[in-house]
Amino acid sequence: MSKAYTDHLGRPIVAVTGMGVITSLGQGLEDNWAALSGGVSGIHKITRFPTEGLSTRISGTVDFIEISAENAVERSYAMARETTLEALAQAGLSGDFNGPLFLAAPPIEPEWSARFELADRAPASERPGDAYNRFLAAMRQKADPAFHEAVLFGSISERLADRFGTRGLPVTLSTACASGATAIQLGVEAIRQGRTDRALTVATDGSVSAEALIRFSLLSALSTQNDPPEKASKPFTKDRDGFVIAEGAATLVLESLEAAIARGARVYGILKGCGEKADLFHRTRSSPDGGPAIATIRAALADAGIDETGIGYINAHGTSTPENDKMEYLSMSAVFGERLPSIPVSSNKSMIGHTLTAAGAVEAVFSIQTMLTGTLPPTINYQNPDPAIVLDVVPNAKRSQQVTAVLSNSFGFGGQNASLVMTAEPA
Amino acid sequence: MNKSANDAVITGVGIVTSQGVGAEPHVALLSAVEPPKARVETERFAPYPVHPLPEIDWSAQIAKRGDQRQMENWQRLGVFAAGLALDDAGLKDNLEACGSMDMIVAAGGGERDINVDSLIVDEGLKRNDREQLLNEKLTTELRPTLFLAQLSNLLAGNISIVHKVTGSSRTFMGEEAAGISAIETAFARIKAGQSTHTLVGGAFSAERLDIILLIEAIQGHALGEWHPIWSRNPEKGGGMILGSVGAFLVLESREYAEARGARIYATIDAIEGDRGSRKDGRLEARLRDLARPAAELEPQSTVVFSGTSGFHDLARREKVFLDREFAGRPVRAYGGLVGHGIEAQFPVGMAFAALSLGHAAKVPPFDPAEAPMTAPAKAAIVTTIGHSRGEGVAVLSAEEGAQA
Repeated sequence: MSKAYTDHLGRPIVAVTGMGVITSLGQGLEDNWAALSGGVSGIHKITRFPTEGLSTRISGTVDFIEISAENAVERSYAMARETTLEALAQAGLSGDFNGPLFLAAPPIEPEWSARFELADRAPASERPGDAYNRFLAAMRQKADPAFHEAVLFGSISERLADRFGTRGLPVTLSTACASGATAIQLGVEAIRQGRTDRALTVATDGSVSAEALIRFSLLSALSTQNDPPEKASKPFTKDRDGFVIAEGAATLVLESLEAAIARGARVYGILKGCGEKADLFHRTRSSPDGGPAIATIRAALADAGIDETGIGYINAHGTSTPENDKMEYLSMSAVFGERLPSIPVSSNKSMIGHTLTAAGAVEAVFSIQTMLTGTLPPTINYQNPDPAIVLDVVPNAKRSQQVTAVLSNSFGFGGQNASLVMTAEPA
Repeated sequence: MNKSANDAVITGVGIVTSQGVGAEPHVALLSAVEPPKARVETERFAPYPVHPLPEIDWSAQIAKRGDQRQMENWQRLGVFAAGLALDDAGLKDNLEACGSMDMIVAAGGGERDINVDSLIVDEGLKRNDREQLLNEKLTTELRPTLFLAQLSNLLAGNISIVHKVTGSSRTFMGEEAAGISAIETAFARIKAGQSTHTLVGGAFSAERLDIILLIEAIQGHALGEWHPIWSRNPEKGGGMILGSVGAFLVLESREYAEARGARIYATIDAIEGDRGSRKDGRLEARLRDLARPAAELEPQSTVVFSGTSGFHDLARREKVFLDREFAGRPVRAYGGLVGHGIEAQFPVGMAFAALSLGHAAKVPPFDPAEAPMTAPAKAAIVTTIGHSRGEGVAVLSAEEGAQA
C-alpha cells in the first residue's frame, strides 16, 4: 500500500465519501445545514402524544417522515433508510453496498398501544398484577408475529441489510448517548483490520414516546423550560437545566482512502482517530474529576496521531445539563489547557436537542460539513454565560472560519464515552 | 495450527446455568461418563417450562448490596458471570488489567415492572383517554431506577462500576446475532492488534413473563413437560424452552496471555456470522461457508456444540446439515440442557467449548439422539442459528498438552 494511503501507524486511512442526515430541522444535509448555520432551532411543543401534567412538554421529534405504523421501530428504520439513501447517492454508490453495516439503534420495547390492544383481546383480570398472564393467554389464542418483530432489536438492521445489500452479520449497538460515535468507530476498525474496503455506519433514534420522556424526567435529566421551546436548550449557560430529548438519524459511508481514490470518489473528510474510555463512577453521573472523558479525548488524539494543538474546532457533546457541560469543560480544559479559550467550541444540541442514539453520527456529519463549508455553526440561546465555563462557544451566530481538524465528543449514561477526530485533508 | 502472538485465546470462563455456578460444575458435567440431567421449572410459568437459575450467592461477585439493588436479575446475572470470568482468568481486582480491558456485551432489555404495567392496562380497560392515563400513571408509578435496570447498555455500565472494567464499553443488541457479533468483533480486534484483552459475553433471564411473551407472540415455546431438544413434538408448541444463563469469556492475545503466565483454555481459530433469507437452501449454503474453517478437523476429537433454539423447522434443518457436513463428529445441543439464552446463546456455547477443550473432556451426550465421544476433545465447533435471523459458527482448538 502506498504511504499516501496509510496513517502514522501504517493503517489504512479512512475517508468519508457519503453523508446523510435527518433532524427536527429537516431532511437532508442541505436543509439541515442551512438551518443549523442559520441558528434555527428545531425544538417544538410535542404533538405526538398528550403532554398535560408532564413537567417537560417539548422535544425535537421528527414528525415529517412518512411511516406505515406509529412505532419507534418504523420511525427509526424510516429515518435510517432515508439518510442512507442520501449518503449512498452522495457517495455515488448504487447496487449492493457489499460491506458491513454498523447500526446504532435505540433499545426498543413494545408500544403501549400494543399492550392496550393485547389487553382488549385478552381474558379478564383475575387478580392484580396478572396482565402478562392474560397477554400470554391472548397470544396462545392467536399469535402476533408483528408484535414479535416490532420488539426484536435486530429488526432495523435486518431491513437495512436487505435494502442496501450489506455484507455479513450487521452489528446493532448501543452505547447510550455515544452510540453514533461507536458505530463510526466500529466501521473505522473494520477497515483498519483489512476486513473490508468500505463500511456503512448508521445511527438512528425515533424513540420519543410518553414513557421515554417520563423516564428521563424522573432522572431529572430534561429541561423543564417549556416556553418558548426553542430557547430551552442552552448549553454552557448559567440557567441551563437539562437536555431536550430529540430524534434524528445520520449515515456515513466510510471507505479506505485508497479504495475511494481508486474509484474516483469525492472525499468529504477523513475519520482520523477514535477514542473511548468507560467510567466506573456512577450509573448516570460522570466521574467528578472528568478522568474518563479526559482519557477518551486523549485516546482519540493519540489514535489520530495529532496532539492537542492540531485541533481547530470542537463539536461539543454540550447537552445543556448542568453536569455534562461542567464536566465536559473540565475535561477539555485538562486536555487543551490555556489554549482552550481560543478554540471555538459549539453545541449543535442548542438547536437540534439531544438525538440520543443518533447524536454521535449526526454531529460527525455536521463536523465534516463545518470543515467543508468553512462555517462554524453557533451555540444558540447563549444569553447568560456560565461564568465557570470560559469557552468561545460561537455564541448565537455562525462564524466564517476555516478549520482542518475537528474533535467531536459523545458522553453517555452508563459511563460510555467516545470521541472522534476528523480532518479535512488526507495529509 | 501454528501459534502466533496475536492468536485470540480464551483465558477465563464465567458461566451460570441451571446446572450450576462457575466453571467447576460445568467441567464436571462435560467430563462425566453419564449424560447430565436437565433441570426444568414447569410450574411457575405453566404451561411454559423454563430452565431456572441455580442458587446464587450474589454477594460472591457483587459485594455491595447497593449495587445489587440497582439491578434486576438480568443485569445481576450478567455482572455476576462477568465477575466469574475475571476471577477465572486471574484478573479480578487487577486494577491495571481491568482499567485497560475492552468489553463487549450482548444485551437485550431489562425487566418491565409487571405490576405497574398491569395497573395501567387494567385502568385503561375502563377509560377511553388512555394516553392521558399513561401520563398520570407513569409519572407516579415508575421507579426512576427501574429505567436504568431496563437499559440495554447498563449491563456493561454495571460491570464497569462493580468490576472496574473500563478500557472500553460497547453493547451489541439484536438477539442471537448480538452474541455472535460480540465475540466475532472481540476476536477480530485482537487478531488485528486493536485490543490485547477483552471481556465479552452476555446474560439472559428466562424467568420473566415479559420475555416469555416475546416468544409466545410467535407461539414459539415448547409447552408442558421438558423433552429432548432433537425430538420435541410439533403438536406441543413451537419447540423452544428458554433458560436463564450468563456467559462471559476473557479473550486475550496469546502474547498478552503468555506474558502474564495465564492458563489458556483454547484458541479461537475462526468465527463468523451471516444473515439473509432462509428460503430455498440459502440457510444451508451460508452455514456451509461459515463452517469452511472446520473442514479439516479430525472427526473423533472434534465436538460440535449446537446452539439450536429448538424451533422445529430450524432444528431439523440444522441436524440434517450437521449430520451431512460434520459426519462422525459428535453433536451436543446445549440449549436442550440449559435452555435457549437468546443474546447469551452463542457465548454459552463458546464457554462450553472452551471448558471442554481446556480439560480435554470426552463430552457425554446431552440428548438421546447424540452419539458418544470416543476421544478427548481437541477441537470444537460452536453453532448458533438465530430463532428469527442471523447465524454464526466458531472453530476452536485446544492447547497442546491440555489435560483431562
